[in-house]
Amino acid sequence: MNSFLIFLETHSGQLKKSSLELLSWTQAQEGETNCVIFGSPAVDVSVLSAYGVKKCFQFKNTAFDLYQSELYLESLKGLCAEIKPTTVLASASSLTKDLFPMLAVHQNSSLASDVTQIQLQNGKLEVKKPFLAGKVVATLQMARQPQMALVRPNQITWVTGQKNSSPTVLVEKQKPDVKLLAEVKSVIRSSQSKLDLTEASVVVSGGRGLKDAKNFSLLEPLALVLGATLGASRAVVDAGWVPHNMQVGQTGKTVAPALYIAVGISGAIQHLAGMSGSKYIVAINNDPNAPIFQKASYGIVGDLFEILPLLTQEFKKVLEG
Amino acid sequence: MKIFVCIKQVPDTETKVKISADGKSLETQNIKWVMNPYDEYAVEEAIKIRDAQPGSQIFVVSLGPKKRTVESLRTALAMGADEAIAIDSAEFLDPLLSAQALSLVIQMAGGFDIILAGKLSIDTNSSSVPQMLAQYLKIPHVSVVSKIQLQDKKLTAERDVEGGTKEVVEISLPCVISANKGLNTPRYASLPGIMKAKKKTIKEIEWASLDLSPASWNLIKLELPAEKPAGQMLSGSAQEQVSALVQKLRNEAKVLS
Repeated sequence: MNSFLIFLETHSGQLKKSSLELLSWTQAQEGETNCVIFGSPAVDVSVLSAYGVKKCFQFKNTAFDLYQSELYLESLKGLCAEIKPTTVLASASSLTKDLFPMLAVHQNSSLASDVTQIQLQNGKLEVKKPFLAGKVVATLQMARQPQMALVRPNQITWVTGQKNSSPTVLVEKQKPDVKLLAEVKSVIRSSQSKLDLTEASVVVSGGRGLKDAKNFSLLEPLALVLGATLGASRAVVDAGWVPHNMQVGQTGKTVAPALYIAVGISGAIQHLAGMSGSKYIVAINNDPNAPIFQKASYGIVGDLFEILPLLTQEFKKVLEG
Repeated sequence: MKIFVCIKQVPDTETKVKISADGKSLETQNIKWVMNPYDEYAVEEAIKIRDAQPGSQIFVVSLGPKKRTVESLRTALAMGADEAIAIDSAEFLDPLLSAQALSLVIQMAGGFDIILAGKLSIDTNSSSVPQMLAQYLKIPHVSVVSKIQLQDKKLTAERDVEGGTKEVVEISLPCVISANKGLNTPRYASLPGIMKAKKKTIKEIEWASLDLSPASWNLIKLELPAEKPAGQMLSGSAQEQVSALVQKLRNEAKVLS
């Protein structure tokens, strides 16, 4: 029988949408689903019950407030030994991309990270995973158990829980004793409160068409109206206008929001690779031959300095009106 | 100090890829191969550490078909690495096998203090091998590092996480560090460096000589991503285009709520 273990993550005390996406998938599968969560957020058992989750294991100690990789690893190893899941799923994040490769070695399992689709074929997990930042899509079959995958946010359709099962049992777990050889001593928080590019459902990205570093701020009012996260092309990151964590592309972040607005980005192949998984792409560029238009769902040829304020105004009217 | 750098050779980011008739590999004739960009930061950092610690040595190790990967190993040697090892392997290895092979070869070379690698290879996009390698070697690691400071036997690393936040991690040696952009600015190989690198012997290791587990994943097929339906170019004045766009996003695409 399939036994799923879903690794839940929270943002400001709330379950991340990407975690609910995984539960949306498991509720449609045969088998038993359990969850694990680290840290002290209050877990809303009714949400999990609706997805048919049997047990939710919580490692609640304040020691888990910071991500200590060795401590998280020992905890998960213990839990896997106890409940023996056949499939372990998490959404792809900084934390899971660090933790799950470690766990895969100890479980002698299979792991595919950053996958965009998952399905079970006679109990075996088959995934679609972009290679070369999405220029190619590989279909991989996991050959060992437990089979594990890290699924990108915004790929599985999020539906609300529809199972009418008994309430999820919350099980508090003890912190294992671990001597930390690598220890997080402090966290330098950025002032940015937006969702990370990889999780955002709307992204507004700027490129060289903005002409000057100081013009990058012209994107902010638009991003604010749309609740979007700002991204950038490699050209402007290399020019030092914005930090690397904002770069979208093959040597930056791969994004797949519902709406991607490319402003003054010509569309180098390495940029296109990083964003072409977006559901709808809007391109604004003064060059009608810019390659970005080949990927765009909607294209506007024009002067971005004229278009941007008009567009911000128009969105405002529609969204707030 | 004995420093290892794991590098991979990957198609240049400007490469347009074609899939071979077997549906499981890429047509390689038009691919320009380069050192994985994140591995360049790893090589550069290794050189900086070695130069600050007299008596240190850098070993570069690569995985992949050796007939081409030797080029990237020579690049690393030309940048300033001391020794190079080519593990001859197939393409698109699963990350667990890659990490296991690297761990065996590094252990054979006897002793290590710091192992550096790129945070991600831009071909298979797994960002897993450095963390797995550390577990096979039973040593700690920090991944996605944009700054390190080495003092005595202790290293402090800044790890980049979501949204520009950084975790400051103290780690004991030996350890594995995976490099992010921002760690340094990789040097170009100098002409004398290139000449010297040409004369160096690259140690070759046959895949079959390593005692490895069976693959952890099977590659079923490779495909090009589904083509999107042709887009619409809007027309009219700036204001007309903007109004049309917002209406379409709302009514056709339904992405505005």
